[in-house]
Amino acid sequence: MDDAQTALTFPRVARMGLSGLLISFSDVLNEPANRAALAFKVRMERESWPGVEEYATSLVSAFVRFDPFALSFEELKSRVDLLLEQADWYAAALPEHRKLWRIPTAFEGVGAPQLCEAAEMAGRSVPDAVSDLTAAPVRALALGYAPGQPYLGTLPDNWNLPRQTALTPTVEVGALVVAVRQLIVFGTRAPTGWRQVGMTGFKCFRPELDDPFSLRPGDECLFVPVSAAKLAELTVSDPMGGAIMEPLA
Amino acid sequence: MTGVVNVHQAGPGVTVQDLGRPGFLGQGMSQGGAADWCALAEGAGLLGQSHDCAAIEMAGLGGQFSVTIPTRIALTGGVMTATLDDAPISWNASHRIAPGQVLSIGGVRNGVYGYLHLAGGIDLPSFLGSRATHLTGGIGTALSAGDTLPIQTDTGGQAGLTLSTPDRFSGGIVRILPTAQTYLFAAPEVARFEATDFRRDTRGNRQGVRMVSDGPGFAAEGQLSIVSETIMPGDIQMTGEGTPFVLMPECQTTGGYPRIGTVIPADLPIVAQAAPGAGIVFQFISVEAALAAHETPAHLRARAAKSAMPLLRDPHDVADLLSYQLISGMITGTEWDKEEQP
Repeated sequence: MDDAQTALTFPRVARMGLSGLLISFSDVLNEPANRAALAFKVRMERESWPGVEEYATSLVSAFVRFDPFALSFEELKSRVDLLLEQADWYAAALPEHRKLWRIPTAFEGVGAPQLCEAAEMAGRSVPDAVSDLTAAPVRALALGYAPGQPYLGTLPDNWNLPRQTALTPTVEVGALVVAVRQLIVFGTRAPTGWRQVGMTGFKCFRPELDDPFSLRPGDECLFVPVSAAKLAELTVSDPMGGAIMEPLA
Repeated sequence: MTGVVNVHQAGPGVTVQDLGRPGFLGQGMSQGGAADWCALAEGAGLLGQSHDCAAIEMAGLGGQFSVTIPTRIALTGGVMTATLDDAPISWNASHRIAPGQVLSIGGVRNGVYGYLHLAGGIDLPSFLGSRATHLTGGIGTALSAGDTLPIQTDTGGQAGLTLSTPDRFSGGIVRILPTAQTYLFAAPEVARFEATDFRRDTRGNRQGVRMVSDGPGFAAEGQLSIVSETIMPGDIQMTGEGTPFVLMPECQTTGGYPRIGTVIPADLPIVAQAAPGAGIVFQFISVEAALAAHETPAHLRARAAKSAMPLLRDPHDVADLLSYQLISGMITGTEWDKEEQP
């Protein structure tokens, strides 16, 4: 609060209220900082520090929730600081046991209402835009907003599209939306400021399963273009709209 | 023998809640659970059961209920009008209920969220360690007429006990701590925030509660957009228009609006129970003071169980008790009203 200068060095460890500790690896989204957050969270989990109740990651930070009666912030911070010094986390390997989902996606018809607009903003023709979004897998940088909902990226710089000033009142579960060099597959029917460019039958959260989360942070998604008719068929025959999961080496 | 609670009528915000499902922040699922965790612990204390038991949370308006086995109930949280077969029964108290009796719970008279507890707790299947409905997460749905909820046989215990609870139902001072982004707000802006008389807006639910004031909005320095970071319930998020939102148990798990502070867990029920128009002042405190105020649900449950007193049976006295509570809440409210003339 009184020394803004110290905030500009990363990684930065800060207290969040009574029971939170945040380790920020950057103040802007970039791949190395996301990698650092993912790797550092996995490393902390291996420590099994007593008094810690939860570890999590967001786009460029890791988070620890602790019991303030069992562990002081100061002690937790000294442990975190020690671990931070042990490696160059920005160059760390991604976590093990990640998976890749190949997700059939319709980039046409009612499921792609803003594809033309988004393509134009990205300076691409519609076919080139679709190939930009489907050429390579994108990483679940973080899950958030709704259970299991992935923020996927990062896309090339020309996809650094601003959010819409007016919200789209609702997009359906499975909608593929784009903004700020990221894609989201929506996990709930919700309003959004991002532009909908495609539709999938993918479900990020399946409460009927023992493990209801389809993705973990660090997993990858590859969007595979199909016709709207084909997607409709897949959605009828498969609860995941034809999406196929494979382990990543 | 097991039985059920029959829901004959339910207001629009009636859900099953316990302490929620911690541990899934990184998977995008907030903890959820009762908006007023103190009321949950108090009900458990009155019935002599675990603070983990699930109860029925009623936002603003209750409903009509009956049971199929003899059991005990407790009513806690924001005071609602309650009758058992048309006879008034006390709030903040436990009662016996027999099959066939009709429990009617009306509108809230003080606060926002009332709670109906049943002996042994609502026995729905647990999902990821909790029975709580998480509306934004798509786990469970609000209750409606015709629903039935399983309950276990009451293993016995006292009824006719009452609790006197601290007034957390009419706003007041809400204690806060700095969060990881408090430094983004200049010191004079933080001071002005603390000096501002806010009132609880009409916009508020289990996800967040909006606070309005008469002065200009609040802004972080420089950065208009910050990278999305982990959120915890209690965080006070400053939206683009400079209006604070206090995030509640069912909030999103990450967010890109700067957060000026975070409400301590002990005081989050004050925000939850502040009715629209109730006055709120945010006050930064030290970590030591926050720790001193901190209480676990298990501890509060035990304290409630110990302080429960036999209820006065005379209906006349009961009516007096209810009106006494209502008046005390209103007096607290007027302290703020003076500052809020439009």
